[in-house]
Amino acid sequence: MARKYNDREYSDKFINAGLYLLIAVFFLMCLRLYQMQILKGSEYRDAADSNRVRVMMLPAPRGIIYDRNGVPLVKNKPYYYASIMPGIKDVDTKGLAALLDMDEKKLLQKLKKDAKNLFDTTIIKEGLSFGDVARIEARRSEFPGLMIETSITRKYVYGNLGAHVIGYLGKPKKSQLDTDDSNDITPETFIGQWGSEYVYDKTLRGTAGKQIIEVDALGRQLKVLDYMQPETGSDVSLSIDINLQKVAEESFSDKTGSLVAIDPNTGEVLALVSLPSFDPNDFVMGIDSEKWMTLNKDKKHPLMNRALQSAYPPGSIFKPLVAIAGLEEGVITPDTNVFCRGQIEYGKWSFGCWKHHGNVQLHRAIVESCDVFFYEVGKRLGIDRIAKYAGMFGLGKATGLGLSGSQERVGTIPSTGWKLKRFRKPWFLGETFNSSIGQGYVAITPIEAALMASIIGNEGKKIKVTMLKGGEDKARPDQLNLKHDTFSLVKQGLYGVVNERGGTGGAARSTITEISGKTGTAQVVHGRIKTERLKEELRDHAWFFAFAPQKNPQIAVAVLVEHGGHGGSAAAPIAKKVIETFMTSKNNPGNKASPGGNSDSGNKANSANKANSG
Amino acid sequence: MRFIQVNRKYLKQFDWYTLLILLMISLAGVMSIYSATRPMMSSIQPNYYLKQLLWMCIGVCMLMVVVIFDYAWLKKFGYVLYLLGLFMLLLVLFVGKSGMGAQRWLEFGFFRFQPSDLFRILMIVALSRYLCTLKGPLTRWKFLFSLGVFGILPFILIIKQPHLGTGLIVLATYFFLALSKKIEKTILITILILSLLVLPLLGKTIWKHLKDYQKNRIVAFIDPARDPKGIGYQIEQSKITIGSGMLFGRGYLKGTQGPLRFLPEKHTDFIFSVFAEEWGFVGSMAIFAFYLLLFVRGLDTAVKAKDDFGRFVALGITFMLFLYFIINLGMVIGMMPVVGVPIPFMSYGGTSMVANYMAVGILINIRMRRLLLLY
Repeated sequence: MARKYNDREYSDKFINAGLYLLIAVFFLMCLRLYQMQILKGSEYRDAADSNRVRVMMLPAPRGIIYDRNGVPLVKNKPYYYASIMPGIKDVDTKGLAALLDMDEKKLLQKLKKDAKNLFDTTIIKEGLSFGDVARIEARRSEFPGLMIETSITRKYVYGNLGAHVIGYLGKPKKSQLDTDDSNDITPETFIGQWGSEYVYDKTLRGTAGKQIIEVDALGRQLKVLDYMQPETGSDVSLSIDINLQKVAEESFSDKTGSLVAIDPNTGEVLALVSLPSFDPNDFVMGIDSEKWMTLNKDKKHPLMNRALQSAYPPGSIFKPLVAIAGLEEGVITPDTNVFCRGQIEYGKWSFGCWKHHGNVQLHRAIVESCDVFFYEVGKRLGIDRIAKYAGMFGLGKATGLGLSGSQERVGTIPSTGWKLKRFRKPWFLGETFNSSIGQGYVAITPIEAALMASIIGNEGKKIKVTMLKGGEDKARPDQLNLKHDTFSLVKQGLYGVVNERGGTGGAARSTITEISGKTGTAQVVHGRIKTERLKEELRDHAWFFAFAPQKNPQIAVAVLVEHGGHGGSAAAPIAKKVIETFMTSKNNPGNKASPGGNSDSGNKANSANKANSG
Repeated sequence: MRFIQVNRKYLKQFDWYTLLILLMISLAGVMSIYSATRPMMSSIQPNYYLKQLLWMCIGVCMLMVVVIFDYAWLKKFGYVLYLLGLFMLLLVLFVGKSGMGAQRWLEFGFFRFQPSDLFRILMIVALSRYLCTLKGPLTRWKFLFSLGVFGILPFILIIKQPHLGTGLIVLATYFFLALSKKIEKTILITILILSLLVLPLLGKTIWKHLKDYQKNRIVAFIDPARDPKGIGYQIEQSKITIGSGMLFGRGYLKGTQGPLRFLPEKHTDFIFSVFAEEWGFVGSMAIFAFYLLLFVRGLDTAVKAKDDFGRFVALGITFMLFLYFIINLGMVIGMMPVVGVPIPFMSYGGTSMVANYMAVGILINIRMRRLLLLY
């Protein structure tokens, strides 16, 4: 019995100890729960919410770009991409790669990035076709977390036509993502990268909507927690006339060059050509690198907007400006006589003229484009006075159109100060000779040439170039404080260029309207050995600027044909075609209708489109 | 006449208090199962909660049945029942149904059960029978004999299924009961030294024989952040589930982790996490209180039991329930590796529910009859 008693005593002690242990363990667990639910509770609740809550961007339909007659130039179209929800385990990569028709290794690489980011979806394939979408959608349930997401991109109805005016969309660059002030562009939003799409991007873009959804562990959408409708962007009406643009581009017939047509009263750009160009539709589905390389390496630089990004020596189209300066400064009169014997000597240099003109006065000097006469005017003016007048006509100043992004190039108008600053060398009179006929350092872009033509045509109205229908600011343009006579004398000369016997621009003579203009032939820098192959490259650039009609002109045009040879033969016919087309449609408004039907129905069709895509 | 009279006396002694605690915990479990299995894509509620409710009722009935007969009956047939239990374990290895990579079920027409769940109670009964007949502490041979019969043998049979959790719990219960009987000091010291020497050597072999999912669970436990989407996922999600309950919880039927399937095994092993998410710290403390009361009541029953057999059985059952509870909780709060061990009375599962009710039935039986020595 004594033994049994001892057993019981031990057992009681054992149970007692057990009780204390039990209480201690419970106390520890309470502490642990306190730590998890109270101290770190909100942290865990956030983690739980980020498990199940996803924010989906709803792309806003972009505003439509119209031409000046209400013809839509672009259409919105959905852009599909396959992506995978964050936090999905055990993806059947083999099956998925087969479904998406892509390399499994590539897929794995993309999924690897997923591990770092627990909130955003991982894009695995972009630019899916309707067929792809249907196929993937049908088998989506087999791949948890697989989603088809939509963005909005463009269809450029006119393809290559006006590519540099309309531009294209692209994914934002990193710098754009960082600097963009509106925070609703994501790396998947297409934004304007060129042309009007770029310039008016903020207007066209609209505001992206948001959909906050609840998902389960398989990435299936269960319910919508919050929804913010996207706001469609505003439409933009360009000053461009797509018909005129078409005629202009076609009249270049595969030649390289540029054309700018401006309404000299308002500054509205009616047509802006840069050839060769490209098909913006290639860009919107994410351009493949091969195509991009071809475009980039093309020696004719189709991606460059020549109208704004390329400056050429103006050649003889610079002469009317020198004439205006001469008349205004009083260094010549309409009767000032200069004898041209085909060249002029200065020191050991000789400056030639293209023809033996004999005695010439201002009018014939412009009509027949006599170099020697303008050497003399230039010599009397000095380079700085020429530069002053060039500046007044908008040469050497950025237009700020922005079509080519931040890459607009400004022409060069030399002066003594400019040369000192640029080369740290003084100015030579010989250089003034060259400059007086638009050679040497002088270089202008086609849009500057068109602006100069406009201001000569409208007799000093300093218009502001714009791409928008009706212009941007309604303020009346400044008037240059020049004598009326100066303009009428020069304009008479320009009329003679086209319409008088011996005029260099006879090819632009029209029966429809009175065209005035000036030819120009810009020498391409020599110094290389001429070979037959290089011949085309070494030929001169052909310039022509024109406005019509003679009184109160309604259109001003500048044409540049690269390596086109003489302005009179290569460039003038193009300008004539464009002016005639414009004047015809202006006089017969009924004919203005474009291939897309009249403007009203075009608008309606377009708003219907928008309703669909929204 | 006399038989009924005695029964009435028992009825007065019936431990309504313990039964009430069980019902509270079980109902909390049923409610959480309902919430955890809420459908998100359809409107049809899976019937897990109804099944669990049914098993709870069966459990209560079985508890009553167990209570009616004097537990002396168990002592009498302890060894026979134990042999029966071993037979079932063998049977399951040969004709058992498998599920989730393990072969744990025996099927009898319309119902199936896990013999290991019933076996653990039979093992306590038989071991108690053995221990109460011994005089004095366990000597070397008695220890080795009982360790082999009640510990190692069932352990091997159970981990073969494989069901590591239950196997370890059976083994641990053996040691606990042997300790409560008192083991000779020399043996105790020998065991300690041996285990310290042998365990590191055995470690490699054990690791080799573990199944991949078992290895993963251990790795995940040691470093859950290592691969939050892979093997550490369960632990991490369970912690998120519990922690997101905060002080008062998200509210009943407002939990997200279970129904949205972020939490795996939500209605079985991780049902406590679902409860804690919806009822918060306050609710968790209430549930803890119920369990604590249950275990303290079990210890109290052991102290008051009229004989040594009753004491051993009460101790064994209390310890085993506690072990299940603590391993499950340790797992869901990320303090232990994931070993598929359910939380008693809450986790979805028929056999373990009924077996646990029967086990508590035995506890109540012992408590009811504690004073009858005086008659």
